[in-house]
Order: sequence, then structure tokens, then C-alpha cells
Amino acid sequence: MSATPKSVQRLIDALGRLPGVGPKTASRLTYYLLRAGAAETEALAEALSQLHKSTVLCSVCCNISEQDPCEVCSDAARDHETLCVVEAPLDVLAIEQTGQFKGLYHVLHGHISPMERVGPDELRMRELVRRVEGGQVREVIVATNPTLEGDATAMYLSRLLEPYGVLISRLALGLPRGGDLEYADRVTLAEALSGRRKL
Amino acid sequence: MPQERLYRTEAIVLRQTDFGEADRILSLLTPRGKFSAIAKGVRRPTSRKAGHLELFARTNLLVARGRNLDIITQAEASEAFESLKTDLLRFTYACYAAELIERLAQEEEDDGGALFELLLGLLRWLERERDPAVGLRHFELRLLDGAGYAPQLFTCVSCAKAITEQVNYFSAEQGGLLCTECGASAAGVRAVSVNAQKVLRYLQKREVVEVRALWLAPATHAEVESVLLDYIEHVLEREVKSATFLRRLRLDLQRLAAGEQSSASVERPKT
Repeated sequence: MSATPKSVQRLIDALGRLPGVGPKTASRLTYYLLRAGAAETEALAEALSQLHKSTVLCSVCCNISEQDPCEVCSDAARDHETLCVVEAPLDVLAIEQTGQFKGLYHVLHGHISPMERVGPDELRMRELVRRVEGGQVREVIVATNPTLEGDATAMYLSRLLEPYGVLISRLALGLPRGGDLEYADRVTLAEALSGRRKL
Repeated sequence: MPQERLYRTEAIVLRQTDFGEADRILSLLTPRGKFSAIAKGVRRPTSRKAGHLELFARTNLLVARGRNLDIITQAEASEAFESLKTDLLRFTYACYAAELIERLAQEEEDDGGALFELLLGLLRWLERERDPAVGLRHFELRLLDGAGYAPQLFTCVSCAKAITEQVNYFSAEQGGLLCTECGASAAGVRAVSVNAQKVLRYLQKREVVEVRALWLAPATHAEVESVLLDYIEHVLEREVKSATFLRRLRLDLQRLAAGEQSSASVERPKT
């Protein structure tokens, strides 16, 4: 016989399926919600149930949005000739926070990963090609992660977009702010050297 | 693995899985076998370890024993394979090799470093040789050998008679060649050309340095590749994901090279 009521256990199990949440954290969260009162749990439940109902994938940039096309894609003040290709919606957020980029985005929803059988067809590449084919785009900035899979994705994209004659660039690689030269690995340091800038 | 709280080891990173806020769980191949460890904070740009723990990098580690997973406390890359960053095919070959090791090698089984040397040899091959795929075929045969699945190529798996120089049959189920008499009536076998048989035998018995001079006609290579993949998938009892990916990538690259549009850009919606 279990000491935990069924409805409590149900929530613990559901929370326990979230990434990074173990059984202990799941029970702590559940008991917190029990103490917090009905108003808070109702608000949470409402937010959860709206999550899928009121979001769509933007048909232009494939980012998650509440409207289609999304706010960024329908903003006439932005530079519609420059596309920034990222792996995930959170990367859009990161680049937006720099305040330096005024172009549009394209979200691939992943990177090429042969071991997981994630190839071009599983990513939103077809949509990207269609946008570039449209003719308005002049530069594509590939902002995939600086990992081997990110490199592979960037390589594939550059092959794919080559025929359209657009400028294809990749985010600069090198030393991180606040980092320490002493701890830099050979590859990063070599990239920083070859990508050095005139002062 | 030793019992001290902190130990040193060399390793090649086989697979990375994101974990928690900024951590990654790494599947590592070391001279003392395959094991998993956690690298904390490596997804942050300022991580001092991240650049030393890239996929397929050869790296020197200082590892602390953890309750579940061991924790990587220091890392210093000793050999990087640059061509994997610039050549999609070579990158995919390395993924294929890592996937086979992941599936075939047992966790924490000490093989005296043979597997580590084998993978290192392949990565160096991919880095330097003009024809990367021959190295991969050698790797496959050696890996099968090490895992106890070496295909029998010199005597018939059914009647044990010596295999003679003619078209014979390969049976994935029985793990080797069948002579013409046994093969003709057997089910689920495939005919293998004389050249392909010779290549398989040669690769099975030679060291990686000797194989370097080998040049294969594309048709023979395709045959050898297909025989081995069928056999490997039979041994693993599942599809090799990277191989499926590789087939598609080759088609895509061919199309792109021919100036056509890739499969990623077909069917435009009618407006």
C-alpha cells in the first residue's frame, strides 16, 4: 500500500518526466503546489493548457509564436534581406538580446546528427531553401552551435544554398569574454588567431 | 576502472548528450574500455573544458569518481581531427564508427586498449588518407573480430571445406562464406564476387598501415560495404542509424554536385 494519494502520485510522475527533474524534485514541487493553494495551481494549469493551444510554428521562420507569420517575420522595420539560421528557438532569444541583429531568423529545430538519424529532412531546411529561392534574401548567417554537429549542419547548409548565389557567413569563433587564454584549447585558439581583427 | 577517488585517463569522446542546465554526459572510449562520465558546465561559452571535450577529440582527462557517474574535472585535448569539421562524409564515417563501438562494446570491459587503438587509427586515417572509406571497411572487420563476430572467410561455414576462388555465397545468419554447393540451396544468402572475397580476406588479416596502399574499384568497394553492413546489422539485430544517414547524404551530395537541387528543396507548394 502506498502512502501517497493517487492524484498526488500522478502529478509527481508527470513532473518527473520533465528534463532535469528527478523523483525527489518532482515530489518537492508537488508538495509545494499542494501547500500553495488552488489559485496558484489553477493559474499554472491554465498556462499549461494554453501552451499548445495558442502557439503555432511560424510558417516563414519556423519559430514558435502566437501568430503566423510571427512578430519578427511580419515586422516591416526589420531587414528582410538577412537571415540568421539557428538550431533552436532559444537561440533566437539569445541573439535578440544582443540587440545587434535586425534581420530575420530561421529555426532548424536541431542539428545534423547521423547517430540519431537526424538529417536534412528532419530539420527545417526545405523551408529555408524556399525562402532563399524567393529571391529577397541576400545574406544567410549560419549561427549553429560551435560543435562538430553544428559544423556539419553549417557545411551542409552552405552546399545547399551555394547555387542561389547568396552570401553565406558563419558566426565568428574564438575566445569567450571573461575567459582565460591559458585554458583555451588549441582549436579555439587557432580559430581566434586566424579570425583576428585589426585594432 | 581503478578505485582511487581521482584518476587520469586518455579518452576519445564517442557521444555527447545534453544534461541538466549546462552539463553534458559523455560516452568515452578509453584504453581501459568504454564508460560514461559527466562534464559539468561545458555548454557555457566560458567553460574551460568544453573545447577539450569535442566529439571524437582525443583528450587527457582527470576524472573524479562520482556516486553514479564519474565527473570530469580537467581535460586537455591532445589530438584534434580537423577534417571532420570540414568534410561531411568523413564526419559521417566517424559517427558510423562511434555508433558501432557504442553498440558492440561492453561498458567498462577492459580489452587492453585494442579498441581505443583501432578507433584512433581510423580517426587518423579519416584525417589523412585520400580514400577514407577503405579505412572504415578495415575498422569494421577488426571491430567484428574483437567483439567475437569475425566472419569466417576461408572455409565454408556449412561444410568446412576450403573456399575456392570462384563466386561464393555469404550468409549473415551463419556468419561467413558458403561454398558453391552449400550456398546454392541455402536461403537468405547473397552471391559475392571473387574480388570482393579477396578484399574481405585481405582486410581481415592486415594491419591498418598495410591497408593504406589498397585501392578498390568502386563496384568492388560497394559490394564489400554492403556485405559487411548486412552482416553488422544482423549481428546488432537492428539498423545502423548512421549508415542510413550516409546513404541519403551520398545521394544528396551527388545531386548537389550535379548542380541539381537537393531533396531538401523539392515540391514547392502551389500558390
